[in-house]
Amino acid sequence: MSNLSRAELENLAKLARINLTDEELTIFGSQLGLILDSVAKVQEVVNDSIVPMSHALPMTNVFRPDVVGQSLSNSEALAAAPSTQDHRFKVPRILDEE
Amino acid sequence: MTNLSFDDALTRFEPTLGLEVHVELNTATKVFCACPTSFGSEPNTNVCPVCLGLPGSLPTLNEKAVESIIRIGLALNCQIAPWSRMARKNYFYPDMPKDFQISQYDEPICFDGYLDVLVPDQDGSTTVRIGIERVHLEEDTGKLTHAGGSTGRIHGADYSLVDYNRAGIPLVEIVTKVIDGTKHAAPLVAKAYVSALRDLVRNLGVSDVRMEEGSLRCDANLSLKPIGSETLGTRTETKNVNSLRSVERAVRSEMVRQAAVLDSGQKVRQETRHFQESDGSTSPGRSKEQAEEYRYFPEPDLLPIAPDAAWVAKLKSELPEAPAAKRERLQAAWGISDFEMISVINSGGIDLVEKTIAAGCDQAAARKWWMGELSRIANELDQELESLSISPKQVAEVESLIQSGTLNDKLARVVIAAVINGEGSPAEIVANQNLAVVSDDTALLAAIDVAITQSPDVVAKIKEGKLQAAGAVIGAVMKATKGQADAAKVRQLLFERLGVSE
Ligand SMILES: [Zn+2]
Repeated sequence: MSNLSRAELENLAKLARINLTDEELTIFGSQLGLILDSVAKVQEVVNDSIVPMSHALPMTNVFRPDVVGQSLSNSEALAAAPSTQDHRFKVPRILDEE
Repeated sequence: MTNLSFDDALTRFEPTLGLEVHVELNTATKVFCACPTSFGSEPNTNVCPVCLGLPGSLPTLNEKAVESIIRIGLALNCQIAPWSRMARKNYFYPDMPKDFQISQYDEPICFDGYLDVLVPDQDGSTTVRIGIERVHLEEDTGKLTHAGGSTGRIHGADYSLVDYNRAGIPLVEIVTKVIDGTKHAAPLVAKAYVSALRDLVRNLGVSDVRMEEGSLRCDANLSLKPIGSETLGTRTETKNVNSLRSVERAVRSEMVRQAAVLDSGQKVRQETRHFQESDGSTSPGRSKEQAEEYRYFPEPDLLPIAPDAAWVAKLKSELPEAPAAKRERLQAAWGISDFEMISVINSGGIDLVEKTIAAGCDQAAARKWWMGELSRIANELDQELESLSISPKQVAEVESLIQSGTLNDKLARVVIAAVINGEGSPAEIVANQNLAVVSDDTALLAAIDVAITQSPDVVAKIKEGKLQAAGAVIGAVMKATKGQADAAKVRQLLFERLGVSE
Protein backbone atom coordinates (compact mmCIF):
# COMPACT_ATOMS: atom_id res chain seq x y z
CA MET A 1 0.00 0.00 0.00
CA SER A 2 1.08 3.60 -0.63
CA ASN A 3 2.07 5.84 2.22
CA LEU A 4 -0.37 8.68 1.50
CA SER A 5 -1.16 9.92 4.99
CA ARG A 6 -4.49 11.18 6.23
CA ALA A 7 -2.90 14.64 6.80
CA GLU A 8 -1.55 14.79 3.23
CA LEU A 9 -4.95 13.87 1.87
CA GLU A 10 -6.66 16.54 3.98
CA ASN A 11 -4.17 19.15 2.76
CA LEU A 12 -4.72 18.17 -0.91
CA ALA A 13 -8.47 18.50 -0.44
CA LYS A 14 -7.98 21.91 1.14
CA LEU A 15 -5.74 23.16 -1.70
CA ALA A 16 -8.26 21.94 -4.26
CA ARG A 17 -11.11 23.55 -2.27
CA ILE A 18 -13.03 20.27 -1.99
CA ASN A 19 -14.84 19.64 1.28
CA LEU A 20 -14.64 15.93 2.14
CA THR A 21 -16.35 14.12 5.02
CA ASP A 22 -14.44 11.64 7.19
CA GLU A 23 -16.10 8.80 5.35
CA GLU A 24 -15.14 10.26 1.95
CA LEU A 25 -11.55 10.78 3.10
CA THR A 26 -11.37 7.07 3.91
CA ILE A 27 -12.88 5.98 0.57
CA PHE A 28 -10.83 8.38 -1.60
CA GLY A 29 -7.73 7.70 0.48
CA SER A 30 -7.77 4.02 -0.39
CA GLN A 31 -8.64 4.73 -4.06
CA LEU A 32 -5.84 7.28 -4.43
CA GLY A 33 -3.51 4.83 -2.70
CA LEU A 34 -4.35 2.23 -5.33
CA ILE A 35 -3.59 4.71 -8.12
CA LEU A 36 -0.26 5.67 -6.55
CA ASP A 37 0.67 1.99 -6.20
CA SER A 38 -0.15 1.39 -9.85
CA VAL A 39 1.95 4.37 -10.95
CA ALA A 40 4.80 3.08 -8.80
CA LYS A 41 4.53 -0.30 -10.57
CA VAL A 42 4.72 1.42 -13.99
CA GLN A 43 7.76 3.40 -12.84
CA GLU A 44 9.58 0.15 -12.08
CA VAL A 45 9.61 -0.80 -15.76
CA VAL A 46 10.58 2.66 -17.13
CA ASN A 47 14.00 2.73 -18.75
CA ASP A 48 15.77 4.66 -21.51
CA SER A 49 14.50 2.37 -24.24
CA ILE A 50 10.87 3.32 -23.60
CA VAL A 51 9.70 6.51 -25.34
CA PRO A 52 7.46 8.61 -23.08
CA MET A 53 3.87 8.76 -24.31
CA SER A 54 1.50 11.61 -23.58
CA HIS A 55 -1.56 10.46 -25.50
CA ALA A 56 -3.14 7.04 -25.88
CA LEU A 57 -4.61 7.78 -29.32
CA PRO A 58 -2.36 8.22 -32.38
CA MET A 59 -4.31 11.29 -33.55
CA THR A 60 -3.37 14.93 -34.22
CA ASN A 61 -5.11 18.18 -35.22
CA VAL A 62 -8.46 17.66 -33.56
CA PHE A 63 -9.96 21.12 -33.87
CA ARG A 64 -13.26 22.86 -33.18
CA PRO A 65 -14.67 25.47 -35.60
CA ASP A 66 -14.72 29.04 -34.24
CA VAL A 67 -18.48 29.24 -33.71
CA VAL A 68 -20.08 30.72 -30.57
CA GLY A 69 -22.06 28.27 -28.46
CA GLN A 70 -24.06 28.41 -25.26
CA SER A 71 -22.53 29.98 -22.13
CA LEU A 72 -23.93 29.81 -18.60
CA SER A 73 -25.98 32.58 -17.04
CA ASN A 74 -24.33 34.51 -14.21
CA SER A 75 -26.42 32.76 -11.57
CA GLU A 76 -25.67 29.32 -13.06
CA ALA A 77 -21.97 30.17 -13.15
CA LEU A 78 -21.94 31.25 -9.50
CA ALA A 79 -24.29 28.50 -8.26
CA ALA A 80 -21.57 26.32 -6.74
CA ALA A 81 -19.35 29.14 -5.46
CA PRO A 82 -18.85 29.18 -1.67
CA SER A 83 -18.95 32.99 -1.68
CA THR A 84 -19.87 35.71 -4.20
CA GLN A 85 -20.14 39.48 -4.43
CA ASP A 86 -21.12 41.84 -7.28
CA HIS A 87 -21.71 38.90 -9.69
CA ARG A 88 -18.14 37.73 -9.09
CA PHE A 89 -16.49 34.86 -7.25
CA LYS A 90 -15.25 36.02 -3.86
CA VAL A 91 -11.94 34.41 -2.89
CA PRO A 92 -9.88 34.65 0.32
CA ARG A 93 -6.90 36.97 0.64
CA ILE A 94 -4.08 35.97 -1.69
CA LEU A 95 -0.95 37.56 -0.18
CA ASP A 96 -0.27 38.91 3.31
CA GLU A 97 0.60 42.54 3.97
CA GLU A 98 4.18 43.30 2.86
CA MET B 1 21.33 56.13 -3.19
CA THR B 2 22.79 58.51 -5.74
CA ASN B 3 20.52 60.23 -8.20
CA LEU B 4 22.14 59.77 -11.57
CA SER B 5 21.08 60.65 -15.07
CA PHE B 6 20.40 58.35 -18.00
CA ASP B 7 23.48 59.59 -19.91
CA ASP B 8 25.63 59.18 -16.82
CA ALA B 9 24.48 55.57 -16.40
CA LEU B 10 25.48 54.81 -19.99
CA THR B 11 29.07 55.91 -19.42
CA ARG B 12 29.60 52.77 -17.31
CA PHE B 13 26.86 50.26 -18.12
CA GLU B 14 25.23 48.71 -21.16
CA PRO B 15 21.68 47.34 -21.19
CA THR B 16 20.45 43.91 -22.31
CA LEU B 17 16.78 43.74 -23.23
CA GLY B 18 14.23 40.98 -23.63
CA LEU B 19 10.60 41.63 -24.44
CA GLU B 20 7.58 39.41 -23.92
CA VAL B 21 4.43 40.53 -25.66
CA HIS B 22 1.02 38.95 -25.11
CA VAL B 23 -1.55 39.42 -27.83
CA GLU B 24 -5.21 38.47 -27.37
CA LEU B 25 -6.55 36.96 -30.57
CA ASN B 26 -9.84 38.28 -31.95
CA THR B 27 -11.42 34.89 -32.56
CA ALA B 28 -15.18 34.77 -31.99
CA THR B 29 -14.82 32.11 -29.30
CA LYS B 30 -12.36 31.22 -26.56
CA VAL B 31 -9.44 28.92 -27.27
CA PHE B 32 -10.77 25.77 -25.55
CA CYS B 33 -14.54 26.35 -25.40
CA ALA B 34 -17.32 27.99 -27.43
CA CYS B 35 -17.85 30.97 -25.08
CA PRO B 36 -17.78 34.38 -26.83
CA THR B 37 -14.74 36.64 -26.39
CA SER B 38 -16.61 39.97 -26.40
CA PHE B 39 -15.04 42.76 -24.34
CA GLY B 40 -17.12 44.53 -21.69
CA SER B 41 -19.81 41.89 -21.05
CA GLU B 42 -21.42 41.58 -17.60
CA PRO B 43 -19.06 39.72 -15.20
CA ASN B 44 -19.12 35.91 -15.41
CA THR B 45 -21.57 35.66 -18.31
CA ASN B 46 -19.09 34.54 -21.03
CA VAL B 47 -18.33 31.40 -19.06
CA CYS B 48 -19.12 27.68 -19.24
CA PRO B 49 -18.08 24.47 -17.45
CA VAL B 50 -14.84 24.29 -19.51
CA CYS B 51 -13.50 27.78 -18.80
CA LEU B 52 -14.73 27.58 -15.19
CA GLY B 53 -12.77 24.35 -14.77
CA LEU B 54 -15.79 22.38 -13.55
CA PRO B 55 -15.24 18.64 -13.04
CA GLY B 56 -15.78 16.45 -16.07
CA SER B 57 -15.42 19.24 -18.65
CA LEU B 58 -12.99 18.81 -21.55
CA PRO B 59 -11.19 21.43 -23.68
CA THR B 60 -11.53 21.50 -27.49
CA LEU B 61 -9.00 23.47 -29.53
CA ASN B 62 -10.21 26.42 -31.65
CA GLU B 63 -8.98 25.94 -35.24
CA LYS B 64 -9.00 29.70 -35.95
CA ALA B 65 -6.67 30.29 -32.99
CA VAL B 66 -4.18 27.75 -34.37
CA GLU B 67 -4.42 29.33 -37.81
CA SER B 68 -3.91 32.82 -36.33
CA ILE B 69 -0.77 31.91 -34.39
CA ILE B 70 0.74 30.20 -37.44
CA ARG B 71 0.09 33.36 -39.46
CA ILE B 72 1.78 35.47 -36.76
CA GLY B 73 4.73 33.07 -36.74
CA LEU B 74 5.07 33.18 -40.51
CA ALA B 75 4.89 37.00 -40.55
CA LEU B 76 7.70 36.97 -37.96
CA ASN B 77 9.84 34.75 -40.22
CA CYS B 78 9.57 31.86 -37.77
CA GLN B 79 9.85 28.11 -38.29
CA ILE B 80 6.53 26.35 -37.78
CA ALA B 81 6.90 23.21 -35.66
CA PRO B 82 5.68 20.16 -37.62
CA TRP B 83 4.52 18.68 -34.30
CA SER B 84 3.90 20.31 -30.94
CA ARG B 85 1.84 19.86 -27.83
CA MET B 86 -0.05 22.01 -25.37
CA ALA B 87 1.16 21.76 -21.76
CA ARG B 88 -0.27 22.31 -18.31
CA LYS B 89 1.35 25.02 -16.23
CA ASN B 90 0.31 24.22 -12.65
CA TYR B 91 -0.16 26.88 -10.02
CA PHE B 92 -2.60 27.71 -7.22
CA TYR B 93 -3.86 31.22 -7.91
CA PRO B 94 -7.51 32.18 -8.37
CA ASP B 95 -7.08 33.85 -11.78
CA MET B 96 -7.27 30.32 -13.27
CA PRO B 97 -10.15 28.24 -11.92
CA LYS B 98 -8.58 24.92 -12.96
CA ASP B 99 -5.45 25.65 -10.87
CA PHE B 100 -3.49 25.25 -14.08
CA GLN B 101 -3.20 27.23 -17.29
CA ILE B 102 -3.10 25.41 -20.62
CA SER B 103 -0.04 26.82 -22.34
CA GLN B 104 3.01 25.48 -24.16
CA TYR B 105 6.33 24.53 -22.62
CA ASP B 106 9.29 23.29 -24.65
CA GLU B 107 7.34 22.74 -27.88
CA PRO B 108 6.06 26.15 -29.08
CA ILE B 109 4.14 26.18 -32.38
CA CYS B 110 6.52 28.82 -33.85
CA PHE B 111 10.20 29.46 -33.12
CA ASP B 112 13.38 31.12 -34.34
CA GLY B 113 12.25 34.16 -36.32
CA TYR B 114 13.00 37.87 -36.51
CA LEU B 115 11.42 41.26 -37.01
CA ASP B 116 13.23 44.24 -38.55
CA VAL B 117 12.25 47.48 -36.84
CA LEU B 118 12.99 51.07 -37.74
CA VAL B 119 14.53 52.97 -34.82
CA PRO B 120 14.81 56.76 -35.05
CA ASP B 121 18.23 58.36 -34.54
CA GLN B 122 19.96 61.68 -35.30
CA ASP B 123 20.49 60.77 -38.95
CA GLY B 124 16.93 59.62 -39.58
CA SER B 125 16.64 55.96 -38.72
CA THR B 126 18.45 52.66 -38.36
CA THR B 127 17.01 49.22 -38.96
CA VAL B 128 17.49 46.90 -35.98
CA ARG B 129 16.84 43.17 -36.37
CA ILE B 130 15.10 41.74 -33.30
CA GLY B 131 15.41 37.97 -32.98
CA ILE B 132 12.24 36.05 -32.06
CA GLU B 133 12.86 33.12 -29.71
CA ARG B 134 9.40 31.61 -29.72
CA VAL B 135 5.69 32.25 -30.29
CA HIS B 136 3.32 30.05 -28.35
CA LEU B 137 -0.40 29.66 -27.70
CA GLU B 138 -2.04 29.77 -24.28
CA GLU B 139 -5.23 30.86 -22.55
CA ASP B 140 -5.74 34.24 -20.88
CA THR B 141 -6.54 34.38 -17.15
CA GLY B 142 -9.52 35.78 -15.27
CA LYS B 143 -9.60 39.32 -13.94
CA LEU B 144 -9.06 39.88 -10.21
CA THR B 145 -10.23 42.91 -8.25
CA HIS B 146 -8.58 43.24 -4.84
CA ALA B 147 -10.73 44.65 -2.07
CA GLY B 148 -10.22 45.84 1.48
CA GLY B 149 -6.82 45.99 3.17
CA SER B 150 -4.83 49.12 3.88
CA THR B 151 -3.34 49.75 0.44
CA GLY B 152 -5.99 48.64 -2.06
CA ARG B 153 -3.36 46.43 -3.65
CA ILE B 154 -3.03 42.67 -3.64
CA HIS B 155 -0.81 42.75 -0.55
CA GLY B 156 -2.99 42.47 2.50
CA ALA B 157 -6.25 42.73 0.56
CA ASP B 158 -9.02 41.19 2.67
CA TYR B 159 -10.41 39.32 -0.32
CA SER B 160 -10.47 39.37 -4.10
CA LEU B 161 -13.33 39.25 -6.61
CA VAL B 162 -12.93 37.20 -9.77
CA ASP B 163 -14.51 37.60 -13.21
CA TYR B 164 -13.71 34.67 -15.53
CA ASN B 165 -15.00 36.27 -18.78
CA ARG B 166 -11.39 36.75 -19.91
CA ALA B 167 -10.27 33.29 -18.77
CA GLY B 168 -9.74 31.15 -21.83
CA ILE B 169 -9.48 33.93 -24.42
CA PRO B 170 -6.70 32.82 -26.80
CA LEU B 171 -3.43 34.51 -26.01
CA VAL B 172 -0.29 34.43 -28.14
CA GLU B 173 2.97 35.03 -26.31
CA ILE B 174 5.83 36.38 -28.42
CA VAL B 175 9.26 36.23 -26.79
CA THR B 176 12.35 37.94 -28.23
CA LYS B 177 15.86 36.59 -28.11
CA VAL B 178 18.32 38.59 -26.00
CA ILE B 179 18.62 42.10 -27.48
CA ASP B 180 22.16 43.34 -26.99
CA GLY B 181 24.23 46.29 -28.13
CA THR B 182 21.46 48.87 -28.21
CA LYS B 183 23.16 51.13 -25.59
CA HIS B 184 21.44 54.52 -25.26
CA ALA B 185 18.83 53.51 -27.85
CA ALA B 186 17.45 50.65 -25.68
CA PRO B 187 14.25 52.52 -24.67
CA LEU B 188 13.59 53.54 -28.30
CA VAL B 189 14.35 50.04 -29.60
CA ALA B 190 11.87 48.57 -27.12
CA LYS B 191 9.20 51.05 -28.17
CA ALA B 192 9.92 50.62 -31.90
CA TYR B 193 9.70 46.83 -31.55
CA VAL B 194 6.35 46.85 -29.75
CA SER B 195 5.04 49.40 -32.23
CA ALA B 196 6.23 47.34 -35.24
CA LEU B 197 4.83 44.15 -33.71
CA ARG B 198 1.50 45.86 -33.10
CA ASP B 199 1.37 47.04 -36.74
CA LEU B 200 2.29 43.55 -37.96
CA VAL B 201 -0.39 41.81 -35.90
CA ARG B 202 -3.04 44.39 -36.77
CA ASN B 203 -2.10 44.07 -40.43
CA LEU B 204 -2.78 40.31 -40.18
CA GLY B 205 -6.22 41.08 -38.75
CA VAL B 206 -5.84 38.49 -35.96
CA SER B 207 -6.12 40.87 -32.98
CA ASP B 208 -7.48 44.30 -32.11
CA VAL B 209 -4.07 45.01 -30.47
CA ARG B 210 -5.54 47.75 -28.28
CA MET B 211 -3.01 48.37 -25.54
CA GLU B 212 -5.47 50.42 -23.47
CA GLU B 213 -7.96 47.51 -23.46
CA GLY B 214 -5.22 45.01 -22.69
CA SER B 215 -5.42 43.10 -25.96
CA LEU B 216 -1.68 43.76 -26.36
CA ARG B 217 0.44 43.68 -23.20
CA CYS B 218 4.17 44.01 -22.82
CA ASP B 219 6.61 42.79 -20.15
CA ALA B 220 10.11 44.23 -20.38
CA ASN B 221 13.12 42.29 -19.10
CA LEU B 222 16.19 44.39 -18.49
CA SER B 223 19.65 43.91 -17.06
CA LEU B 224 22.79 46.04 -16.99
CA LYS B 225 26.38 44.92 -17.24
CA PRO B 226 29.58 46.95 -17.00
CA ILE B 227 30.66 48.11 -20.50
CA GLY B 228 32.76 45.39 -22.14
CA SER B 229 31.70 42.67 -19.70
CA GLU B 230 30.78 39.25 -21.14
CA THR B 231 28.57 38.25 -18.23
CA LEU B 232 24.90 39.31 -18.20
CA GLY B 233 23.72 41.17 -15.12
CA THR B 234 20.73 40.19 -12.99
CA ARG B 235 17.50 41.02 -14.78
CA THR B 236 14.19 42.39 -13.64
CA GLU B 237 10.86 41.91 -15.38
CA THR B 238 8.65 44.99 -15.55
CA LYS B 239 4.95 44.26 -16.02
CA ASN B 240 1.91 46.45 -16.50
CA VAL B 241 3.40 48.44 -19.40
CA ASN B 242 0.24 49.50 -21.17
CA SER B 243 1.15 51.98 -23.90
CA LEU B 244 3.93 52.53 -26.42
CA ARG B 245 5.07 55.58 -24.50
CA SER B 246 5.18 53.52 -21.31
CA VAL B 247 7.42 50.90 -22.94
CA GLU B 248 10.04 53.56 -23.59
CA ARG B 249 9.64 55.15 -20.16
CA ALA B 250 9.74 51.84 -18.29
CA VAL B 251 13.00 50.73 -19.93
CA ARG B 252 14.57 54.13 -19.38
CA SER B 253 13.65 54.39 -15.71
CA GLU B 254 14.66 50.78 -14.99
CA MET B 255 18.08 51.43 -16.60
CA VAL B 256 18.63 54.46 -14.37
CA ARG B 257 17.39 52.63 -11.27
CA GLN B 258 19.59 49.56 -11.78
CA ALA B 259 22.64 51.75 -12.51
CA ALA B 260 22.12 53.56 -9.20
CA VAL B 261 21.80 50.22 -7.35
CA LEU B 262 25.02 48.91 -8.94
CA ASP B 263 26.83 52.23 -8.35
CA SER B 264 26.10 52.01 -4.65
CA GLY B 265 27.75 48.57 -4.52
CA GLN B 266 24.48 46.68 -4.06
CA LYS B 267 23.09 43.86 -6.17
CA VAL B 268 20.06 44.10 -8.42
CA ARG B 269 17.37 41.74 -7.12
CA GLN B 270 15.86 39.37 -9.63
CA GLU B 271 12.20 40.30 -9.32
CA THR B 272 8.98 41.29 -11.01
CA ARG B 273 8.42 45.04 -11.00
CA HIS B 274 5.32 47.06 -11.80
CA PHE B 275 5.30 50.12 -14.02
CA GLN B 276 3.64 53.20 -12.53
CA GLU B 277 1.90 55.23 -15.23
CA SER B 278 1.76 58.29 -12.97
CA ASP B 279 5.48 59.01 -12.68
CA GLY B 280 7.10 56.52 -15.08
CA SER B 281 8.92 54.65 -12.31
CA THR B 282 8.88 50.93 -11.52
CA SER B 283 8.20 49.41 -8.10
CA PRO B 284 8.69 45.88 -6.74
CA GLY B 285 5.83 43.48 -7.46
CA ARG B 286 4.96 40.32 -5.58
CA SER B 287 7.55 40.07 -2.83
CA LYS B 288 7.14 36.31 -2.45
CA GLU B 289 8.43 35.72 -5.96
CA GLN B 290 9.37 32.13 -5.29
CA ALA B 291 11.54 30.15 -7.67
CA GLU B 292 8.51 29.21 -9.77
CA GLU B 293 7.94 25.50 -10.12
CA TYR B 294 5.07 25.03 -12.50
CA ARG B 295 5.41 21.23 -12.95
CA TYR B 296 4.72 21.50 -16.68
CA PHE B 297 3.52 18.33 -18.36
CA PRO B 298 1.89 17.57 -21.73
CA GLU B 299 -1.84 18.35 -21.69
CA PRO B 300 -3.50 14.93 -21.82
CA ASP B 301 -6.91 16.31 -22.86
CA LEU B 302 -5.67 17.91 -26.11
CA LEU B 303 -4.08 16.01 -28.97
CA PRO B 304 -0.82 17.19 -30.56
CA ILE B 305 -0.85 19.92 -33.20
CA ALA B 306 0.80 18.84 -36.45
CA PRO B 307 0.19 21.51 -39.09
CA ASP B 308 0.19 20.05 -42.56
CA ALA B 309 3.00 21.51 -44.73
CA ALA B 310 0.50 22.33 -47.48
CA TRP B 311 -1.70 24.23 -45.01
CA VAL B 312 1.30 26.24 -43.75
CA ALA B 313 2.39 26.98 -47.33
CA LYS B 314 -1.13 28.17 -48.16
CA LEU B 315 -1.25 30.45 -45.10
CA LYS B 316 2.17 31.83 -46.05
CA SER B 317 1.07 32.59 -49.61
CA GLU B 318 -1.98 34.45 -48.27
CA LEU B 319 -0.06 36.75 -45.88
CA PRO B 320 -0.76 40.44 -46.45
CA GLU B 321 2.00 42.83 -47.50
CA ALA B 322 4.53 43.09 -44.66
CA PRO B 323 4.56 46.41 -42.77
CA ALA B 324 8.22 47.05 -43.74
CA ALA B 325 7.40 46.62 -47.44
CA LYS B 326 4.29 48.73 -46.97
CA ARG B 327 6.36 51.52 -45.36
CA GLU B 328 8.70 51.59 -48.34
CA ARG B 329 5.86 51.55 -50.82
CA LEU B 330 3.94 54.35 -49.07
CA GLN B 331 7.04 56.50 -48.60
CA ALA B 332 7.75 56.25 -52.33
CA ALA B 333 4.11 56.94 -53.24
CA TRP B 334 3.88 59.96 -50.97
CA GLY B 335 7.33 61.19 -52.01
CA ILE B 336 8.40 62.13 -48.49
CA SER B 337 11.77 62.04 -46.69
CA ASP B 338 12.97 59.39 -44.20
CA PHE B 339 12.53 61.93 -41.46
CA GLU B 340 8.93 62.68 -42.40
CA MET B 341 8.17 58.97 -42.74
CA ILE B 342 9.61 58.22 -39.29
CA SER B 343 7.38 60.83 -37.74
CA VAL B 344 4.34 59.21 -39.36
CA ILE B 345 5.40 55.76 -38.11
CA ASN B 346 6.21 56.97 -34.60
CA SER B 347 2.87 58.68 -34.27
CA GLY B 348 1.27 55.25 -34.76
CA GLY B 349 -0.81 56.82 -37.53
CA ILE B 350 0.51 55.22 -40.72
CA ASP B 351 -2.69 53.27 -41.37
CA LEU B 352 -4.82 56.28 -40.49
CA VAL B 353 -2.92 58.50 -42.94
CA GLU B 354 -3.13 55.83 -45.64
CA LYS B 355 -6.89 55.43 -45.15
CA THR B 356 -7.39 59.21 -45.13
CA ILE B 357 -5.60 59.47 -48.47
CA ALA B 358 -7.63 56.54 -49.79
CA ALA B 359 -10.75 58.52 -48.80
CA GLY B 360 -9.69 61.24 -51.23
CA CYS B 361 -7.49 63.50 -49.12
CA ASP B 362 -4.23 65.00 -50.38
CA GLN B 363 -1.19 63.22 -48.81
CA ALA B 364 0.37 66.36 -47.31
CA ALA B 365 -2.97 67.40 -45.79
CA ALA B 366 -3.60 63.90 -44.41
CA ARG B 367 -0.20 63.90 -42.72
CA LYS B 368 -0.68 67.47 -41.51
CA TRP B 369 -3.95 66.65 -39.70
CA TRP B 370 -2.84 63.37 -38.12
CA MET B 371 0.68 64.48 -37.15
CA GLY B 372 -0.46 67.95 -36.06
CA GLU B 373 -3.85 68.80 -34.62
CA LEU B 374 -5.01 65.20 -34.06
CA SER B 375 -1.74 64.14 -32.38
CA ARG B 376 -2.03 67.19 -30.15
CA ILE B 377 -5.59 66.25 -29.14
CA ALA B 378 -4.58 62.59 -28.59
CA ASN B 379 -1.76 63.74 -26.33
CA GLU B 380 -4.07 66.02 -24.42
CA LEU B 381 -6.58 63.17 -23.90
CA ASP B 382 -3.74 60.72 -23.14
CA GLN B 383 -4.99 58.40 -25.90
CA GLU B 384 -3.46 56.69 -28.89
CA LEU B 385 -4.24 58.31 -32.25
CA GLU B 386 -6.28 55.33 -33.42
CA SER B 387 -8.62 55.49 -30.42
CA LEU B 388 -9.72 59.07 -31.18
CA SER B 389 -13.39 59.11 -32.14
CA ILE B 390 -12.78 60.46 -35.62
CA SER B 391 -12.41 58.26 -38.69
CA PRO B 392 -9.97 58.75 -41.61
CA LYS B 393 -13.03 59.28 -43.79
CA GLN B 394 -14.19 62.15 -41.55
CA VAL B 395 -10.74 63.76 -41.65
CA ALA B 396 -10.83 63.54 -45.45
CA GLU B 397 -14.29 65.12 -45.34
CA VAL B 398 -13.01 68.05 -43.25
CA GLU B 399 -10.18 68.58 -45.72
CA SER B 400 -12.57 68.53 -48.68
CA LEU B 401 -14.70 71.17 -46.89
CA ILE B 402 -11.56 73.31 -46.74
CA GLN B 403 -10.82 72.73 -50.41
CA SER B 404 -14.36 73.73 -51.40
CA GLY B 405 -14.02 76.94 -49.38
CA THR B 406 -16.69 75.98 -46.83
CA LEU B 407 -14.17 75.89 -43.97
CA ASN B 408 -10.91 77.63 -43.27
CA ASP B 409 -8.14 76.12 -41.16
CA LYS B 410 -9.38 77.64 -37.93
CA LEU B 411 -12.98 76.49 -38.38
CA ALA B 412 -11.74 73.04 -39.45
CA ARG B 413 -10.13 72.67 -36.02
CA VAL B 414 -13.42 73.56 -34.35
CA VAL B 415 -15.21 70.95 -36.50
CA ILE B 416 -12.58 68.29 -35.70
CA ALA B 417 -12.93 68.95 -31.98
CA ALA B 418 -16.71 68.66 -32.31
CA VAL B 419 -16.49 65.36 -34.24
CA ILE B 420 -14.24 63.91 -31.51
CA ASN B 421 -16.70 65.22 -28.97
CA GLY B 422 -19.40 63.10 -30.62
CA GLU B 423 -21.44 66.00 -32.02
CA GLY B 424 -21.93 64.38 -35.44
CA SER B 425 -20.33 64.18 -38.85
CA PRO B 426 -18.32 67.15 -40.19
CA ALA B 427 -21.14 68.16 -42.58
CA GLU B 428 -23.76 67.94 -39.81
CA ILE B 429 -21.61 70.01 -37.46
CA VAL B 430 -21.02 72.70 -40.10
CA ALA B 431 -24.77 72.88 -40.77
CA ASN B 432 -26.01 72.66 -37.15
CA GLN B 433 -23.49 75.07 -35.69
CA ASN B 434 -23.50 77.46 -38.62
CA LEU B 435 -19.74 77.18 -38.96
CA ALA B 436 -19.28 77.64 -42.71
CA VAL B 437 -16.96 80.39 -43.94
CA VAL B 438 -19.05 83.45 -44.82
CA SER B 439 -18.90 83.51 -48.60
CA ASP B 440 -22.01 85.55 -49.23
CA ASP B 441 -20.52 88.88 -50.29
CA THR B 442 -23.54 90.91 -49.16
CA ALA B 443 -23.06 89.98 -45.50
CA LEU B 444 -19.33 90.49 -45.80
CA LEU B 445 -19.69 93.85 -47.54
CA ALA B 446 -22.06 95.02 -44.83
CA ALA B 447 -19.45 94.11 -42.19
CA ILE B 448 -16.74 95.88 -44.22
CA ASP B 449 -18.89 99.03 -44.52
CA VAL B 450 -19.39 99.07 -40.74
CA ALA B 451 -15.63 98.72 -40.21
CA ILE B 452 -14.92 101.51 -42.70
CA THR B 453 -17.21 103.98 -40.91
CA GLN B 454 -15.66 103.03 -37.56
CA SER B 455 -12.07 103.75 -38.65
CA PRO B 456 -11.99 106.88 -40.82
CA ASP B 457 -8.31 107.57 -40.00
CA VAL B 458 -7.20 104.15 -41.16
CA VAL B 459 -9.31 104.39 -44.28
CA ALA B 460 -7.66 107.71 -45.12
CA LYS B 461 -4.22 106.11 -44.84
CA ILE B 462 -5.21 103.22 -47.10
CA LYS B 463 -6.48 105.65 -49.69
CA GLU B 464 -3.10 107.42 -49.53
CA GLY B 465 -1.55 104.08 -50.58
CA LYS B 466 -0.44 102.85 -47.14
CA LEU B 467 -1.92 99.41 -47.78
CA GLN B 468 -0.27 97.83 -44.73
CA ALA B 469 -2.69 99.85 -42.57
CA ALA B 470 -5.53 97.66 -43.93
CA GLY B 471 -4.73 94.99 -41.30
CA ALA B 472 -6.69 96.87 -38.63
CA VAL B 473 -9.87 97.01 -40.74
CA ILE B 474 -9.55 93.41 -41.89
CA GLY B 475 -9.07 92.38 -38.24
CA ALA B 476 -12.24 94.22 -37.25
CA VAL B 477 -14.20 92.49 -40.01
CA MET B 478 -12.83 89.07 -39.01
CA LYS B 479 -13.82 89.77 -35.42
CA ALA B 480 -17.31 90.87 -36.41
CA THR B 481 -17.80 87.69 -38.48
CA LYS B 482 -16.37 85.46 -35.67
CA GLY B 483 -13.53 84.24 -37.86
CA GLN B 484 -15.88 82.77 -40.42
CA ALA B 485 -14.71 85.10 -43.21
CA ASP B 486 -11.79 84.37 -45.48
CA ALA B 487 -9.17 87.06 -44.72
CA ALA B 488 -7.88 87.22 -48.30
CA LYS B 489 -11.41 87.74 -49.56
CA VAL B 490 -12.03 90.55 -47.02
CA ARG B 491 -8.85 92.26 -48.16
CA GLN B 492 -9.89 92.07 -51.81
CA LEU B 493 -13.42 93.39 -51.15
CA LEU B 494 -12.12 96.19 -48.90
CA PHE B 495 -9.73 97.46 -51.59
CA GLU B 496 -12.50 97.25 -54.22
CA ARG B 497 -14.77 99.23 -51.89
CA LEU B 498 -12.14 101.92 -51.37
CA GLY B 499 -11.13 101.96 -55.02
CA VAL B 500 -7.46 101.20 -54.40
CA SER B 501 -5.47 98.47 -56.09
CA GLU B 502 -2.58 96.39 -54.76
ZN1 LIG C 1 -16.30 28.69 -21.72
